[in-house]
Amino acid sequence: MIELPPGIILILGAFLVPFLRGNLRNAYMLALPLIGIWSLLTITEGSHFSMSIFGYGLSPVRIDSLSLLFGYIFHIAAIISIIYAFHIRDTVQQMAGLIYAGSAIGGAFAGDLITLFVYWEGTAIASVFLIWSSKTESSYRAGMRYLIIQVGSGVLLLAGAIIHFKQTGSIAFDKLGLTGLGPTLIFIAFGIKAAFPLLHNWLTDSYPEATITGTVFLSAFTTKLAIYALARGFPGTEMLIWIGAIMTAFPIFYAVIENDLRKVLAYSLNNQLGFMVVGVGIGTELALNGTAAHAFSHILYKALLFMSMGAVLYRTGTIKGSELGGLYKTMPFTTGFCIIGAASISAFPLFSGFISKSLIITATAHEGHWIVWAILLFASAGVFHHSGIKIPYFAFFAHDSGKRPEEAPTNMLIAMGFAAFLCVAIGVFPEYLYSILPYKVDFTPYTTTHVVTQLQLLFFSALAFGWLTRTGLYPPELKSTNLDFDWTYRRLIPNIISEMGRILSVLDNMVRSMFINRLEGFIAGVFRHHGPEGLLARTNSVGASVAVIVALLAIFVILFFLNY
Amino acid sequence: MTPIDSDSKKYWLDSKKNVDKIWYTLVGICALSVLADFFYHKHVAHPVEDLIVGMYGWYGFIGCVFLVLSAKLLRRLLMRSEDYYNETDDD
Repeated sequence: MIELPPGIILILGAFLVPFLRGNLRNAYMLALPLIGIWSLLTITEGSHFSMSIFGYGLSPVRIDSLSLLFGYIFHIAAIISIIYAFHIRDTVQQMAGLIYAGSAIGGAFAGDLITLFVYWEGTAIASVFLIWSSKTESSYRAGMRYLIIQVGSGVLLLAGAIIHFKQTGSIAFDKLGLTGLGPTLIFIAFGIKAAFPLLHNWLTDSYPEATITGTVFLSAFTTKLAIYALARGFPGTEMLIWIGAIMTAFPIFYAVIENDLRKVLAYSLNNQLGFMVVGVGIGTELALNGTAAHAFSHILYKALLFMSMGAVLYRTGTIKGSELGGLYKTMPFTTGFCIIGAASISAFPLFSGFISKSLIITATAHEGHWIVWAILLFASAGVFHHSGIKIPYFAFFAHDSGKRPEEAPTNMLIAMGFAAFLCVAIGVFPEYLYSILPYKVDFTPYTTTHVVTQLQLLFFSALAFGWLTRTGLYPPELKSTNLDFDWTYRRLIPNIISEMGRILSVLDNMVRSMFINRLEGFIAGVFRHHGPEGLLARTNSVGASVAVIVALLAIFVILFFLNY
Repeated sequence: MTPIDSDSKKYWLDSKKNVDKIWYTLVGICALSVLADFFYHKHVAHPVEDLIVGMYGWYGFIGCVFLVLSAKLLRRLLMRSEDYYNETDDD
């Protein structure tokens, strides 16, 4: 087989999709990531396809344990997302999904900043079609905001790369650290895509607007490519510990009161990214292993949760907690898969989140970051509360909505089943995931202390949920919009601009009317002197003129005469 | 979407009694998880963990109650009508 850079096969392969029909098209689309992952298994470590263009030394493919791990999981996510979307007959979405996944894979293997930039923008441009394919006014607008922010992140990355090149003469994508303007711009570019606090709104704004199958694709790639990039470029950057800690805690308050269950998942996605960012910030081998492992298991359980909610939306036409409930009666498999995803994200022992998140939390304790450690524990309890309980509870249990939808389509069940299987397999046999982590793992997740304390944390969180719902203290699901930071650019800034516009137009009116008054005065003056009745515009006969001249001459002669 | 009319069918969870059973089972499991603290040597990460029996449990419980009640308060500040941004054209 001809060696191709990872990801390229999905990107180029996408352009054949329009020429295929029906099941053949599905089989072809599934074959692309399967070939991709197979070729990864045989590839050798090191740099490939290195070349020099305009004096820039490009290394488009860098194979090492960190990039391979993300390569594997991105391929697996593509396989799951493609199966989940088998029933779709929308060529645009299918092509966008493939190019998007291919770009993310390519980005994970980029050995230099220019290559990274190309794939970085590739993910932005391809993925927006998954949002626009919802074909609603709100998805169009959310997609537009998404695209501007994503492309903006790429522009910052490119600007940072150029400045970095000017200063160091290198565009290699290795550990950068916050060492000047160039790396700082790159850091912000990564931060936007990783949904740092206050840079996060594109995520919660757009993911719930994407198509049912599109959100599954979206949940896997963009943010985890950013996590990979942070782990590659900025390990051990202390600031990231605090940024990550805020990320774990801040979104969960929103998740509790949000009614759109896909938006709840978007907030909890943001919260999970926080754990990975903390791991990058700590930067020890244990912590970076934790970040990589958590990204791996997170992609699977988050996709699983989005798939289960997608199935609900597909069958009932709504994803609002206030309109759902009691669906377990007719969607038992979807309910079961959702609960497996919920148990995984909540880090129940024997599920994937447990064996990956504990690496990060243990690393914070090892390094003595006790406040961050306490925040992460609080966020762990919180994530169980809103993702682990709230999502399955309000969709499938709670009060019976009277809806009796059919079970999800077979292809969706297969995709969910596969993801659920992997979530449990990783949780039960962590050694396989541990063996592909960037550094050697010297960690046992299943110690008595760890299992018991984690179970205490989770059971008592469930107890809190039960107590709050039984006493009626738990806030009901309400149809609502909750203001988040995107309010600043969707309301505040437009309002300021329109207010400034109003003030400007008042000023403009004043200046104009002043000018017009002057002008009118001037015209009136000209008119007075030169108009039809004006002194200087009267027409006189030649005789009269002669008479005036003669009179003037006479006066002149008399004056002249009088002088003597 | 073809809704199946099966409202006549009674499910196990439809009975309040059974929901209560789940609730009391949960309370029991919580109690057991705290009791478990007496039966093994805990490798504490931080001395605070040894302050009370079932430290993690209390932390989770209080954390969640705080989370939910403060989020409920946040609603007063943040909640607007569903079509606040005038963009909802679905349903």
